[in-house]
Amino acid sequence: MPFKRFVEIGRVALVNYGEDYGKLVVIVDVIDQNRALVDSPDMVRSQMNFKRLSLTDIKIDIKRVPKKKVLVAAMEAADVKGKWEKSSWGRKLIVQKRRASLNDFDRFKLMIAKIKKAGVVRQELAKLKKETAS
Amino acid sequence: MAPKQKTRNPELIPGVRKVSRSQMYHKRGLWAIKAKNGGKFPVHAKQETLAAVEEKPPKFYPADDIKKPLSNKRTAKPTKLRASVTPGTVLIILTGRFKGKRVVFLKQLTSGLLLVTGPYKVNGVPLRRVNQTYVIGTSTKVDISGVDVSKFDDKYFGKKVEKKKKKGETEFFEADKQEKNTLPAEKKDDQKAVDALLLKALEAVPDLKAYLGARFSLKAGTKPHELVF
Repeated sequence: MPFKRFVEIGRVALVNYGEDYGKLVVIVDVIDQNRALVDSPDMVRSQMNFKRLSLTDIKIDIKRVPKKKVLVAAMEAADVKGKWEKSSWGRKLIVQKRRASLNDFDRFKLMIAKIKKAGVVRQELAKLKKETAS
Repeated sequence: MAPKQKTRNPELIPGVRKVSRSQMYHKRGLWAIKAKNGGKFPVHAKQETLAAVEEKPPKFYPADDIKKPLSNKRTAKPTKLRASVTPGTVLIILTGRFKGKRVVFLKQLTSGLLLVTGPYKVNGVPLRRVNQTYVIGTSTKVDISGVDVSKFDDKYFGKKVEKKKKKGETEFFEADKQEKNTLPAEKKDDQKAVDALLLKALEAVPDLKAYLGARFSLKAGTKPHELVF
């Protein structure tokens, strides 16, 4: 029941609305009750409403409003990208992106692979059923 | 951008220029041109004007003035192909008896229609013409560099004009039935020739033949506007 992900300096968040949709950003300062100053290696530091941010479990060790170089170094040290891509949330997003970019031919190959896999599973199941029945 | 050219005689206010007539004469160096030419300004030799041809008055005047129709110099070009449709692309046909079939695009004919083949052995689509608007271009490409399609044009696909024969009515139906059904052997050979090379290219890519043999359809939950072809 208690909250585990807090808005704090160094909290990594995912942007869920607007033109930076889908980016991972670091909260670098809190402006007021509703807004945070947010920064990322590939964007200009800017303000963002908390409503546009989804907090993640990842936190990095920085001081209030660090210089870009310091921020980038801290993100590398904490391996934000690696942690994100290993986390289940991050993996889900990667899979979603891959599925959305599938070609018509890719979708056909996927369908064939699913059918084959289902066939193999069904065969194994039939074997097991036979064993328990006998 | 090239720097703006300096005007020798800027307009100070509308109608009033900076430099006077005699000063401009000096500025333009007309005195130097004259000096080079021995006191006179160089003149082009007069071009001989052809003697004016005497036009005879016409013998006939029409009773009413007829309006001449405007000249039309337009030449029709074949339709512009979408960027996704290039020779060798796999296309999905959307209408007609082959709707949903995935087909290989060979070339654009002069009428603008696309020349397309199944290949016939793979999905039953023969060498056929198809309109670009009824087709989805996928991003799957097949190598058709070895295929020779130069002999196919719109006349090849046009309806054969039969010479009118005078016959009795009862004989008419029987004879017609016999003529229409079979496809001439020449066309079958053309199909085989084109498909032979194509099939080799298809077999090089795994699953491509099965892909072309299957029809495209929308399944539950698929959003066409989000599909990447």
